[in-house]
Amino acid sequence: MFYREAGDFKTSYCDDGQTFPIKLDRMGYYVILGVAAMVVPFVINDYWASAVLLPFLIYAIASIGLNILTGYAGQVSLGTGGFMAVGAYAVYKLMTAFPEVSVLIHILLAGGITAMVGIAFGLPSLRIKGFYLAVATLAAQFFLVWLFNKVPWFYNYSASGQITAPERTVLGWAVTGPAASPAAKYLVCLLFVVFAAWVARNLTRGMVGRKWMAIRDMDIAAEIIGVNPLTAKLSAFGISSFFVGIAGALLFAVYLGAAEVTEAFGINKSFLVLFMVIIGGLGSIFGSFAGAAFLVLLPVLLKNLLVGALGWPTDLAAHIELMIVGALIIFFLIVEPHGLARLWQLVKEKLRLWPFPH
Amino acid sequence: MKLKLAALAATSMMVAAPALADLVVPHLSYRTGAYGANGTQYADGFNDYFTLLNERDGGIGGEVIQVPECETAYNTEKGVECYESLKADGLVFNPLSTGITYQLIPKVAVDQKVLYTPGYGRTSAKNGTVFEWVFNAPANYWDGASVAIKYLLEENGGDLSGKKIALIYHNSAYGKEPIRTLTDLSAKHGFELSEIPVEAPGQEQKSQWLQIRRDKPDYVLMWGWGVMNQVAIQEAANIRFPMENFIGIWWAGSEIDVLPAGEGSNGYKAITFNGVGMDYPIYDDIKTYVLDTGKASQGGEHVGSAVYSRGMYAAVVIAEAIRKAQELAGTSAIDPSQLREGFENLQMTDERLAEIGLPDFGPAFEMTCENHGGNGMARIQQWDAAAKQWNLITDFMEPDNEVLDPLIAEDSTAYAEEAGITPRDC
Repeated sequence: MFYREAGDFKTSYCDDGQTFPIKLDRMGYYVILGVAAMVVPFVINDYWASAVLLPFLIYAIASIGLNILTGYAGQVSLGTGGFMAVGAYAVYKLMTAFPEVSVLIHILLAGGITAMVGIAFGLPSLRIKGFYLAVATLAAQFFLVWLFNKVPWFYNYSASGQITAPERTVLGWAVTGPAASPAAKYLVCLLFVVFAAWVARNLTRGMVGRKWMAIRDMDIAAEIIGVNPLTAKLSAFGISSFFVGIAGALLFAVYLGAAEVTEAFGINKSFLVLFMVIIGGLGSIFGSFAGAAFLVLLPVLLKNLLVGALGWPTDLAAHIELMIVGALIIFFLIVEPHGLARLWQLVKEKLRLWPFPH
Repeated sequence: MKLKLAALAATSMMVAAPALADLVVPHLSYRTGAYGANGTQYADGFNDYFTLLNERDGGIGGEVIQVPECETAYNTEKGVECYESLKADGLVFNPLSTGITYQLIPKVAVDQKVLYTPGYGRTSAKNGTVFEWVFNAPANYWDGASVAIKYLLEENGGDLSGKKIALIYHNSAYGKEPIRTLTDLSAKHGFELSEIPVEAPGQEQKSQWLQIRRDKPDYVLMWGWGVMNQVAIQEAANIRFPMENFIGIWWAGSEIDVLPAGEGSNGYKAITFNGVGMDYPIYDDIKTYVLDTGKASQGGEHVGSAVYSRGMYAAVVIAEAIRKAQELAGTSAIDPSQLREGFENLQMTDERLAEIGLPDFGPAFEMTCENHGGNGMARIQQWDAAAKQWNLITDFMEPDNEVLDPLIAEDSTAYAEEAGITPRDC
């Protein structure tokens, strides 16, 4: 009864095929988008932007990217951190080489460069699968980080090997650099999140996505029914890396402002994004957001609760936090192996039938 | 019910109120992660000195010092989160991480907060005309590198030509800092420099030490931190590298770095800018007011260790800067810009150090508007494995400013151009 379908008639194929077929869902989506774009920028402060919302939005883009590759196309990847580093260094080189071009274009270009690198490292996927592919992408992770640390050209020969984002503006508002206001940084990330989610959702609903899922479910059968594994796998690697590269570019340029490749884009990043995808739900756009929210917000929440409210020692709180997050991950995976997205779906189905379950 | 509500409101007011009145020195520490063992000791020293001031003197100039801690785990993202959560009331930040420092340098200039990075962070922040809010006295990495070479020059009768010196370093911003200086110094003094990176966190260094065994350098310098130091010293002992020719930077000179190698680490040297051991009068006060009252950070298990002393030294300099700022501003409740004035007029004299209870503990230095890094003096300490203690074996030595000054000017000018800063006049 909470979710009413009665009276929600579809009179055309177009209506029937829309992203949110239930009217209530659709309204909810518009309300969330409206609040995110019209209300949040006016109330946001530095702490909310840097500790909560920016990392959430940026990791949501990264997990949408990885979800396309791992969730939809079934290609396990441990190279996310390395591909994020490609995005970050690409945007850094572009920002410093072409200061007069808008940073938004640079971020998109950084995504494009990452897509090409991703396709190159996706080539082994034509021959190997599963865990073996995971090891091949792991090599990408280590190789890329080593490369950016080793070759001074990538960090413009700075003494310490760090890259620092110079100030760039969009319509006169600084969006990178220390003077950028929290609202401006937030809006740029929101723009890219909405773009990423919209593109990913529509790709996965269409022919490209069906090909990916066919490859994921049974690659030989997919080949028999006419799916070209070469284009399907490489397009998954390319598009996935495109989003991951955008996330890396935003993480460096908009969120952190400075980065050191070994520390900011190490193997931990790859695992973090992979956990987001697994906890959120493989093969689900909503799951990418849910997973990012879970792994970004929960530690901050626990820290504020344990240290801020209860006054525990910081090291004890940090260890307990690791234990709680770890235990919750295991708990969720036992209760619902398909992730938070599946839990949300079940809740919705129950609400639609309530109060007359069959 | 009404009474209860009123009481609740009153208590919450009381909890919130002192934060406005006291001076807040946020403490970005790390007690977990790959570097937690060292970070804990530093954090304890930092906390305990402020506890001592609060307990013994009632704070500084009548103002109680609050030191709210936030765990960064040496991670830049957590560091940024900590900075944002504590910056509202904070006066001065000391993150003990070169990575986090690089992250915060542009932010503190906009937020107008002081950043104090003794012995780490961005070396060229010594140039106060560009880095208005950043201070790194008494010494920075380039000073450390130069003092190490100067010490080796003394050892070799002023001539290092034809000698081979290897630099084994943590492959991060921190470890790469001295390379530029050492390259210039090798050109000046004619020694051969080889650079040997170790990937973070540093447990894996077998191949690096094989290379050192093969190349047989005369001296090895080390820029390491955390677990990397212990492994390096153990590996050096394994290949029987003469320990007295092995010199670490100050972050590679604590007890926990050398103890695991046992006898093998005897004779290992490290650069330091603060005294070691517990033969200083201040430790009596710390015992009376902090340890015996049960207020010591983490129960006081690290009191007196080398890294503890360094944490305490950072707190001493901050406290002296606050004192100076109160004197200049004529008020005890200072704000960050007044504290910056305090730092820029700070004079750490030998007499003042002795008054604090730390005679000959650190170098005498003064900071000015253009010099935010002091005079860069440091000394050498050597490990005595039998007695399990560090001994200071030289006096404070000045770095080779002839080489360092142009490097600092070059790097800070590059930063100013990159960040669009016009250097101010001093």
